[in-house]
Parts: sequence; structure tokens; C-alpha cells
Amino acid sequence: MKEVLSGNEAFARGAYEYGVKVVSSYPGTPSTEITEHVAQYDEIYSEWATNEKVALETVIGASLAGRRAMTCMKHVGLNVAADPLMTVSYTGVNGGLIIVVADDPNMFSSQNEQDSRHYARLAKVPMLEPADSQEAKDFIGIALEVSEKYCTPVLVRSCTRISHSKSVVALKARNTPPIFEPENDIKKWVMVPANARVRHKIVENRLDKLSDCADTGRLTINPVEFRSEEIGIICAGVTYHYVKEAMPEASILKLEMVYPICFEKIKRFAEKVKKLYVVEELDRFIENELKAAGIEVEPLNRSVCGELSVDEVRKLFGKSVREPAFDPRQLPARPPNMCPGCSHRGMFYAIAKLKLFAAGDIGCYTLGLLPPLSAINSTVCMGASIPMAHGMDKATDGALARKSVAVIGDSTFFHTGINGLLNSVYNAGTSTVIILDNSITGMTGHQPNPGTGCTIKGAPTQKINFPKLLEAMGVKNIRTVNPFDPDECIKVLKEETAKEELSVIVTDKPCIFADRSVIKPPFYVDVNNCSGCTICTRLGCPAILWNKEEKRAFIDETLCTGCELCVKVCRFNAIHQRG
Amino acid sequence: MKDINILMIGVGGQGTVLSSDIVCDVALAGDADVKKSEIHGMAQRGGSVVSHVRIGAKVLSPVIPVGEADIVISFENMEFLRYPEYAGKNTSLVVNKYRIYPPSVAGGQETYPAEQTEETKKAFKEVFEIDAMKTATAIGNSKVAGMVMLGKLAALLPFDADLWRTVISKKVPPKTVDMNLAAFNAGYQF
Repeated sequence: MKEVLSGNEAFARGAYEYGVKVVSSYPGTPSTEITEHVAQYDEIYSEWATNEKVALETVIGASLAGRRAMTCMKHVGLNVAADPLMTVSYTGVNGGLIIVVADDPNMFSSQNEQDSRHYARLAKVPMLEPADSQEAKDFIGIALEVSEKYCTPVLVRSCTRISHSKSVVALKARNTPPIFEPENDIKKWVMVPANARVRHKIVENRLDKLSDCADTGRLTINPVEFRSEEIGIICAGVTYHYVKEAMPEASILKLEMVYPICFEKIKRFAEKVKKLYVVEELDRFIENELKAAGIEVEPLNRSVCGELSVDEVRKLFGKSVREPAFDPRQLPARPPNMCPGCSHRGMFYAIAKLKLFAAGDIGCYTLGLLPPLSAINSTVCMGASIPMAHGMDKATDGALARKSVAVIGDSTFFHTGINGLLNSVYNAGTSTVIILDNSITGMTGHQPNPGTGCTIKGAPTQKINFPKLLEAMGVKNIRTVNPFDPDECIKVLKEETAKEELSVIVTDKPCIFADRSVIKPPFYVDVNNCSGCTICTRLGCPAILWNKEEKRAFIDETLCTGCELCVKVCRFNAIHQRG
Repeated sequence: MKDINILMIGVGGQGTVLSSDIVCDVALAGDADVKKSEIHGMAQRGGSVVSHVRIGAKVLSPVIPVGEADIVISFENMEFLRYPEYAGKNTSLVVNKYRIYPPSVAGGQETYPAEQTEETKKAFKEVFEIDAMKTATAIGNSKVAGMVMLGKLAALLPFDADLWRTVISKKVPPKTVDMNLAAFNAGYQF
């Protein structure tokens, strides 16, 4: 049977068909839907982990126990999981272990554009890269086979154009997976220096064998399509399709194992063509490997920023591309925005009102940076807000701590924020931390987390009690506020930032999508009372619109969720509820 | 079969993604190869959403090359202006008359580019303007406006209308099948 599947659905289907038993992941665009789809298969144990390091360590345990295991993350998530990755390369695996990592060329929803292929070389583990959904599914099977045959974790690289593209996939039944006895092997699994030195040699030897495998193609990898003798192109992943469409005359060597590289095979390919090119997205990874191996590569004037396309490849080879039918002009943007009824908005309104410097983090609340709120002043990575505020506190002997806050969401707090807060408590920090608890992982599409009260499958589970947790961590000043009451937020912010002690403020209203029961009848603007003061439009709520002619605000009642925030800021009693 | 490239554009919440999934399933059921690539911004609602759908005997890149869209379908009145590079001289435009104001327009800082929208329509080979919101409201639910648009798109593609109806019945929530089919039929006959 055939179905049109996204790359992410296909990765999940691969895990099902090839007998994976355990999947543990932290959500991250564009990788999130893999684990969401895995959760639909009862044969696989799946979970949302608190972060990528925990997820990888969980699946290392599952592998040690003898079962096939997978973890999925975005490129920046692999940074968080890099510590166990470097060493699981040394221990090797028992049951097959694969790490799917989804890069985001062009940064459609990411804070950097890093190229995860470098991790394969750094960790000395093989990396496979599928070119469409069918291969996304098939390569899970190949990766598990390679993992078990060569005793190595295997990286499978995706990108936004694989994960969020759809193509036709032939479905099969679930295989009976191999099951191995749990390993109790101290020399293999305890990486003290004496054991690790032995394992490092095994790792190097393994890489040689994998290179040989890549060259001989025993796993039907790295196929050659021989056409013209003039031009030979080496490419991988979705770029293969761009190249094939843009350069139908060229001979192509499609790298399906992007690390280690099949040097012997490439040398044989290079001998058959007059000019050898490498077309790859992001860094000159393959090109530099080839050059280091003494293989001559023709130069291409290619940017290492952003993504490729059929047109970009055509341009690289001097071919013309079609003219667009009309010229792009300046348009009113449709920027991402916090939703109507978002529980973050009131707190950001209060922060902006007090002109506090806000060390931000990664999540929906990063959007607090947008006008009219413009309430976020820094964003680096998951968990960075709290330690950055701590650093600003220490650098200024507390002066900046009186004028700043750290903001972080519940899921990000569990991810890596908790460590930063412990550090601030331990080192007698005096900053003010705001946990914007909306009881869900919002930005990636509403995945439950330890603060939600249910698992990935919707089963009820322990729900973290923030005040109790903070108290146990040694936080003395703990405040809970209603984010839809800006006056209360302003009052609490003033009090807590003034203290020369660490404070944590927790907001307590759920994401409008996590808990639909909070939706109330919409509000409307009473034109007789509206003075046109614009205070409500300064909330940046998508449901509040401005009538330019009448100089009055009005509310799109189809969007309004009845959060009451605008009522609280209106000084003219002009906003009322329907019904 | 002849290759067909369709660029589907909308605003988050309008059902653009579901509609493009339906096109994919219809193409597969109609024995064609199909690929789709979509970009939906970080926000859940209100952002610009674009799906590339490519149908043919054998589709390579999941992204439509510059100037090679056969059909641009815009679920909102101005959104097609955002993707000038994909339309060429032989591109047809299917456009919803319904406007959704971007935040800067809603906030009064910018104006809705109504003139520019009208002027740019002349660049297309042919233009089908649909008042999908009005049609959907007449059927009984404004939320099926996207299905009216999909109906018009279906009328331009070489797949049997019943194939569409079968796929739609499977893809939409069971309780909404009749309403969606009514919207599809209205768009198909537009």
C-alpha cells in the first residue's frame, strides 16, 4: 500500500516497520512530528524527555538492554545531547541505536544554521542522509542494520525540506526485530580512562571498516547515475533532487552515507568525468573532506548561508532561470505573534511598562520581542535566560538585577532552566526570574511536559508543583501571579526586582490551546466610551484592531478568547463582554 | 501525465495545510507521483503559510522552481503578492476575495495593499476570483471557506470530482463531511 507521508511521518513509520522498541525525544522544529507520529504506534514505547541529553541517555539504556531505540531532535538539540553522543560512540551499542537530527537551512524556525554533519565527524559515527520520505523510512532500517553490524550509534540527518515535505511511500508490515540479551560488560560500558583508551582504538578501526562499506556499497548506499562524461556532481539529501532537476545531463554520485565518505568510490567516479563538482547545502563539508583526501574538486561560487533549490543549482552552473511574473514589493508583514488570549502577553505588557531588561529564552514567549511590546532583550539558547540574568547581576554588583528579569517557559525551565536556577540559588544571585507557566510546550505545537499532568499518550501522570519545587530548591521569594492582571504583574515586578535576593515569579494561566476550557465569551468595544487612546492596541493582541477613519479600536470577535486583558488596561470602561 | 505545479498560499488557521494534503492524496489516488513542501512560520495562528505541491509522472524537487507554478491559489486576497518568484507568464491565479488584515494594517500603521493586489492580477494568464467566505457562510459555516477554494482548484486539475469527494470525506472530521462536501461542490461549480 502507498501513502503520501511527510519525512517526519516516514521516519516514524520506519521506526515502526523496523522494530524500534523505545523512542525518547524532546520536541524541536522541524523534528517534532517524528515522535508525535511514533506515539501513535502501540508497539513502540515513546516519551517526551525533559531535554535531548536525557533523551539520548534513555535510548542508550534501551540499547544496552538489547532493544532497538531511536531519539529525534533538531540541530540545536544535538548540541545538548553532544556529551553522551561523544561517549556512546566509544561504548558502542547493543540493540540498534539511531539519532535522527533535523537541520534547518535558512532558519525557518531556529536560532542558528549549524550543519550537523560536523557532529558525525566529531563523534566518529556514521551519518545517513535520505533524499525524500521513502528514503526517510528506508534509511531507518539501514541505519539500524549498520548500528548493530558495526556496533555504533548512527546519525540520520534530515532538514526542513525533508521533515516538512511529503512524498509517496510504500508501506510494509512491522518486522520482527532482533532482540539481544542485556549487556553487563564493564570494559565496554564503563568509560573510565583505562577502558576508554581501548575503546578509542576500536572506534578508529570501526571508521575504517565503515569507509570500506561506503566504498563497496554493500548496503546499496551511495549509488552512481552515469550520464555525461563532462560533468560529475556529488550531492546528498534533498539536494540530490535539486541537482537532478537542474542538471539532467550530469552524472551524479548520490551520497547516502555522508560520513564516513566513500573516497575510493569517489575517486573511481572522478576518473570517469572531466569535471567533478560537489553541490551541498550549508558548510563545505563534503568538499573539504574530498580536498583533504587529495581529490580535485571544481570550485563553485556557492553561499554557505541558506538553502539550495533547483534555481540556485541552475545558477551555480551558469544556466538561466525563468523570470518571475511580477516584482516583489513591500507588503504589510504577517509576523509570528503570540495568539489572542496568550497568557504571556500581560506579563510582557508589565515588563515593557516598567522598561525592564528581559533576558529571554526559546519558546512562544520569544515573540515578546515584537512590537508593540518589544519586551525581550536577549535570546541565545534553551535555558540561557536565567544564567544570563545571573551573569548580568554579578557583573554589575546587583545594579542590573534591579532593572532586569529573566523570562522562561515551563518546558524550557524543565529542559535546562532548572540547572541555571540552581546555580543562581547556590551562588547567592539576586536576579528576578519569571517562569511563564502555561502548562504546555507551546511553540512546537503543544506537547505535554512534566508541568502538564499527562504523558505523550495522554495518560495522567505527576504534575510538577512549581512553588513546592522552588521552595525545595532554596528559593526564598516565590510569587504566583495572574498574567491577565497587568496591575498585579507590575506591582509584583516592582517588589521583587527591588529585593537584593533571588526571586521567582510564576504565572498560572494555561496556553489557550492546551486548555480550551479557559475560553470565554468575546469582548467588544463600546464606541461611545472609546477615547481612541490606543492603550489596548499596545497589547499586540491579534484580535484588537484599529479603525483608522474613526480613530477607534475594535475587536475581531471571531479571534477574541475572552482573556480580559484589554478590559484591565482600558481606563474608559469601553470594553465589555458579550452574552 | 503533464507536470503540474501548484503554489498554495494562506494565513495560518485557514486550512491551507489540510487542503494541500488533500491535493496530495487525490494525486496519489489518481496514479500520479506527488511531492509537497510546506513552510508554516513559528506562530500557531495568523502567520503566512505556503505549500508547494508538484504532481507528475516523476517529481524531483519538492520545491517549485522560479516562474514554474501552473496555478497559484491564494486563500486570502493579498497573500499571493508575497511569493512573486513562483508565478510566470502562464500561471493561473485562484484568489479568495476575503481579506485578513495583517497586524500592522489592523493597528493602523500600514494600509491593505488593495490597489497593488488588483494591478498584480494582470500579470497572470487567467484569474479566478472566489468570494469563498460569502459562499461558505451561505452554506452555513465560515470555516469551510477553504474547501470552497479547494473546489475551484479541483475543477482546474485532471482528476475526477468523485475522487476528490472520497479523499475529502476521509480527511475532514466525520461530523463535518456533509458541510465540507457542500462547500467543495460550490467551489467546483463556481
